[in-house]
Amino acid sequence: MKPLASISGPLRIILGISFFVLFLAGWSYATFGGFVSKTFLADPLTMLDDGWQLLTKHSFLTDIGVTIWRVIGGFILAALVAVPLGILMGTYKPIEAFLEPFVSFARYLPASAFIPLLILWAGIGELQKLLVIFIGSVFQIILMVAVTVSQVRRELVEAALTLGARDRGILGRVLIPASAPDIAEILRLVLGWAWTYVIVAELIGSSSGIGHMIIDSQALLATGQIIFGIIVIGIIGLISDFLFKAVNRWLFPWGRV
Amino acid sequence: MALSMGPSMSNLVIENISRVFPAVSGGSPTRALEPISMTVGDNDFVTILGPSGCGKSTLLRMVAGLDTPTTGRILLGDRAVTRPGPDRGMVFQSYTLFPWLTVVDNVAFGLREKGVAPRERRDVSRQWLERVGLTSFADHYPKQLSGGMQQRTAIARALANGPDILLLDEPFGALDNQTRSLMQELLLGIWERERKTVLFVTHDIEEAIFLASRVVVMSARPGRIKADVAVDIPHPRHYTIKTGPEFSALKARLTEEIRVEAVLAAEAH
Repeated sequence: MKPLASISGPLRIILGISFFVLFLAGWSYATFGGFVSKTFLADPLTMLDDGWQLLTKHSFLTDIGVTIWRVIGGFILAALVAVPLGILMGTYKPIEAFLEPFVSFARYLPASAFIPLLILWAGIGELQKLLVIFIGSVFQIILMVAVTVSQVRRELVEAALTLGARDRGILGRVLIPASAPDIAEILRLVLGWAWTYVIVAELIGSSSGIGHMIIDSQALLATGQIIFGIIVIGIIGLISDFLFKAVNRWLFPWGRV
Repeated sequence: MALSMGPSMSNLVIENISRVFPAVSGGSPTRALEPISMTVGDNDFVTILGPSGCGKSTLLRMVAGLDTPTTGRILLGDRAVTRPGPDRGMVFQSYTLFPWLTVVDNVAFGLREKGVAPRERRDVSRQWLERVGLTSFADHYPKQLSGGMQQRTAIARALANGPDILLLDEPFGALDNQTRSLMQELLLGIWERERKTVLFVTHDIEEAIFLASRVVVMSARPGRIKADVAVDIPHPRHYTIKTGPEFSALKARLTEEIRVEAVLAAEAH
């Protein structure tokens, strides 16, 4: 191995898969070998069987659908508010001076700590779940978008000015298109975080969703179901990440030509 | 048509322009430019030649309206320059094409800001791309172009907008020697056809002489006008004039002028 030296494509795939194999092997060794009690850690086959039971007998697909809906709903709400605010903050310094201190403070407020309050305010219905994700995402997106917009190359703005662009042209035809790919990347990143908030929201005061299934399984000591739920979240996250990347590539062909 | 030169009032008058940059954290203010005055006549090609840090780029940026003079004023025709505007096209040293627009849309940018109809802006842009030899790259993105091609596009973008004066800030500074020579010939060819008023900043002596009908030499910081030299080599100019006696004599003279300043600049740092 040499520092920063590149490796071939097939080797990269083989190495990537081999870690999964190693992980599975370690898990199987610990469980099938009887080194860990079945009460605390289910073996891979039990996990798959539990998962199958969940899907076929306990309508787990509905739970998955509900969770996906909550993530996407809360995330879209957050993006609708945060992206325009972030763009304005990055563009206009007075707006930045006005909002930045509060947003910087608010983004350190843990979304999960709001859950008791949100239950008081919004009950345990869907609105409360959406609000958890909203609070968890909105401040992060605002700040990151503001930084991205304010970092657009000054020369591009100057070039547009000498070509006759006025304020609206600078904002709409330089700053926004110049930062659009980075904004899309920010959204992809924050969507990943939204997945962790939704599960936390569903662990408390919920009657459906993947998080609800996990907390139910805990009461039944069904570790196989818990692990299956966690793996499902991971797979959905991976798929949504992949789709997001594909959409970004399609939307911004000039970024990677 | 935006291509034709209307009755122009593009006489550029620079009156006692100076620029002092405010002190940064307890240091003393930087005098970038001493009060200077000069005039650029209609359809003239003037190069400003000076060592690095002499304030020549600052001067050009003030003409563009991207920087504000500490004293003095700049007039283009009968209007005072207060902010950037489409009457002063600019080509920067760094690559400033908009990466999200194709080459043809980059060239059409200024026309779009003016509200020209899509069809006309496409026609005008295509004509300018033809003049800089980039017709076959119209639908490429800037990333796919070489440095020389990007600067050709930037020139086309500035000219498609029909400015009264074209400002160029060391536009070929980042290019290799061969490409730079070709770019000089291309720009000169365009000027010989269009007769736009051009103000061109450079630290390259050969470039300054080859392109210009007048070379304004600036001193080391704080910048002053040290010499104003007419270049009476007839047009059209072929690159072979660079080895002719007239060119060589001018080059020797300007080399001497600029060398003194370069030594001063080196001592100051």
